Amino acid sequence: MVARVMSGNEVVAYGVKLSRAEIVPSYPITPQTTIVEQIAEFIANGEMRAELMRVESEYAAMGACIGASLMGARTFTATSSQGLAFMHELTHWAAGSRLPIVMAVVNRAMAPPWNIWADQQDVLSQRDTGWLSLFCETNQEVLDTCIQAFRISEDREVLLPVMFSLDGFMLSHTSEPVELPKQGDVDGFLPESRRPPLLDVDHPTTLFNVPVPEQYMEFRHWIEKSMDAARRVIPKADREFKRRFGRGYRGMLEPYWLEGAEVALLTAGSVCGTVRDVVESLRKRGEKVGMIKLRSFRPFPSEELRRACEGLRVLGVADRACSFGMGGIIFSDVSAALQPLNVRVLGFIAGLGGRDITHRDIWRMFKRCIRAIEVTPARAIEWFV
Amino acid sequence: MREELVEEELFAPGHRACAGCGATLAVRLALKALGKNVIVANATGCVEVISTPYPETAWRVPWIHAAFENAAAVASGVEAALKSLGRRGVKVVAIAGDGGTADIGLQALSGAVERGHDFIYICYDNEAYMNTGIQRSSATPFGAWTTTTPVGRVKRGKDRPKKDVPAIIAAHGAPYVATASVAYPIDLIKKLRKAAATEGPTYIHIHCPCPPGWRFDSDKMIEVARLAVLSGAWILYEIKNGRLNVTIKPPKRRPVSDYLKMQGRFKHLTDAEIAEIQRTVDERCRHLGVG
Amino acid sequence: MKSWRGPPVPVAARPSVGSSGRTSSWRIQKPVVNLKRCTRCRMCWIFCPDVAISFTKRGPAINHDYCKGCGICANECPAKAITMEAL
Ligand SMILES: Cc1ncc(C[n+]2csc(CCOP(=O)(O)OP(=O)(O)O)c2C)c(N)n1
Ligand code: SF4
Ligand code: SF4
Ligand code: SF4
Ligand SMILES: [Mg+2]
Repeated sequence: MVARVMSGNEVVAYGVKLSRAEIVPSYPITPQTTIVEQIAEFIANGEMRAELMRVESEYAAMGACIGASLMGARTFTATSSQGLAFMHELTHWAAGSRLPIVMAVVNRAMAPPWNIWADQQDVLSQRDTGWLSLFCETNQEVLDTCIQAFRISEDREVLLPVMFSLDGFMLSHTSEPVELPKQGDVDGFLPESRRPPLLDVDHPTTLFNVPVPEQYMEFRHWIEKSMDAARRVIPKADREFKRRFGRGYRGMLEPYWLEGAEVALLTAGSVCGTVRDVVESLRKRGEKVGMIKLRSFRPFPSEELRRACEGLRVLGVADRACSFGMGGIIFSDVSAALQPLNVRVLGFIAGLGGRDITHRDIWRMFKRCIRAIEVTPARAIEWFV
Repeated sequence: MREELVEEELFAPGHRACAGCGATLAVRLALKALGKNVIVANATGCVEVISTPYPETAWRVPWIHAAFENAAAVASGVEAALKSLGRRGVKVVAIAGDGGTADIGLQALSGAVERGHDFIYICYDNEAYMNTGIQRSSATPFGAWTTTTPVGRVKRGKDRPKKDVPAIIAAHGAPYVATASVAYPIDLIKKLRKAAATEGPTYIHIHCPCPPGWRFDSDKMIEVARLAVLSGAWILYEIKNGRLNVTIKPPKRRPVSDYLKMQGRFKHLTDAEIAEIQRTVDERCRHLGVG
Repeated sequence: MKSWRGPPVPVAARPSVGSSGRTSSWRIQKPVVNLKRCTRCRMCWIFCPDVAISFTKRGPAINHDYCKGCGICANECPAKAITMEAL
């Protein structure tokens, strides 16, 4: 194992190389672009054997991913924001086709107004496509999640595509030390993909044809059943990863300092680091606070979340996105999952379009939550503008 | 029997195309030309819908439905994977209608051709969005009635000419581009065989009359297709490495009105409008060297 | 595919004749071949969109399960050997 200081995007490229992806169709968009540039370098230097398809749009990128994955090739792409939205019809298609495609989403705001900075509106708007959706806090986690993503996606119980998120610039262009595992060790964790092609001239089959309403729903139900299977497969992959590499991420969510906590803040992505700091200083002052880091947004870890929240009185949810007319996107899911418990859920919308979520902001969120133990707040959802 | 007329049927009877469907005949003939070693990526449209009611299929070759605008992109992914996995002897074929080709899928087609994938793209051109009920596409010819270019007091069918997709693809430098017609099966089969034997992106654009959409009786499907060629309204040619060669030259061109008058979609046209169409047909025929 | 057990993808593994049932039930007329007039030129066979004509030594044979009665074969027969008749 070697440690190197790398940006999040470089790390993704290393993850893809270590995972031995074979086909990489992609299209440039800030802040994703340097991922595929790095992959192009690897290929140009003979360090990676893969076909980088320089397609003419994100739509074609996902189209080509579907074609390649159907043939059994290990397939990867990466995008952000407008590019991900442009793919949207085909993200549904990839999941409905049960293809283990892995995609890195470098989170960026949706326009207008035009903005290239960190914001999770892009990935959270893909919520209902049938993709697994994972979030990363650090560049090390980006690398490890990338490798895990292929394994989870190709698991026979799952066979659904996986997207994993890293916050634009905050991770993608920020350098951190990252431990790179040896190729041989990754090969042990993630064996060569051996899916036979679904399209084969010796066994002609027709794929994605036209079922009547009496047949259609079964296929959709199978997606949900596979999501259930993913609830087992994600933690299992993470445990196995930890056994081999010494690093793990607690599966689908990480409870942080919840012992004796009355109040906690749940969030996803790079801001978790800031929340950890604030929890630590508040704990030092005797406040009973903690954090829940959401690692898997889809499948949503409802059961695990309820278990983590059992002792809590108030849970705040910080969203870097909004479902306009409702509130935070993760907030909505958390509220639904906690409905059987007697925990008040407060929503905070913060950090859109790359705005800093400062220690002071997090501090204020905790204060709101602590006050809500005694006093019902006027609003359940608050914008940190 | 001519060697082009292969017995084997790779498109099975009992599909649910309308009686006398030109597009379906194009597919049947194309598969005769190409044989078994193909993988088909098919765009949304009539051909897809009429041939694959789950869990049945009319296709005796591997086939995938690839979304409406996406046949070329999926085909390019399949082709890249075939190459990367070291599988040889299999040709990838994208099939789409005129809407899936000239309109919503043009970008994906352009991209895949420019990247030089080794595949055949077949456009079956029934000159409108038939699957959704006869709406105009950019390949609908000038003057034609469709449900979105209706004939009323102030509007008289489509007011723009047909988009010339084969020329667009030829301009990409594709090594083989050809037009074909279901009324000329030997010509069609020969061209598909040439495409199959060519390495790189090739494009075949097949004129396919649609009885309900063009408003004529189903028994006249081949007659209509043939008259399009005999009048010069549809010209059969191939462009091989940039050189154009007309493959079927009508001995003496028939007036375009013979073609138009067979079809209800043109029945509102006045003599002056027909004369205008005749002028553009003449000009194009001169341009391409058809008498 | 067999070795690959996993959740089902929307697959139709059955290329089949009659994917939409007996489509001849749609027709209102049917082709009748007069083999005496037939020159075995195969025009009818090549132009049938429904793959409903097969060729035997004696000439064309209509598949009355899938012929939709479109009339193309009768219209295109150069020898006028096919007539469309009411059912
Ligand atoms: C993105 C998208 N937009 C619209 C449609 C609806 N749609 C399905 S088929 C079709 C028309 C197809 O026209 P064409 O490609 O000419 O094929 P045809 O039906 O004429 O065979 C349309 C508009 C769709 N399936 N997908
Ligand atoms: S509408 Fe036209 S193209 Fe579509 S199946 Fe019927 S005849 Fe064929
Ligand atoms: S077209 Fe007429 S003459 Fe030719 S084979 Fe058919 S029936 Fe016989
Ligand atoms: S009537 Fe039409 S469907 Fe029936 S055999 Fe003749 S061409 Fe084929
Ligand atoms: Mg059409």
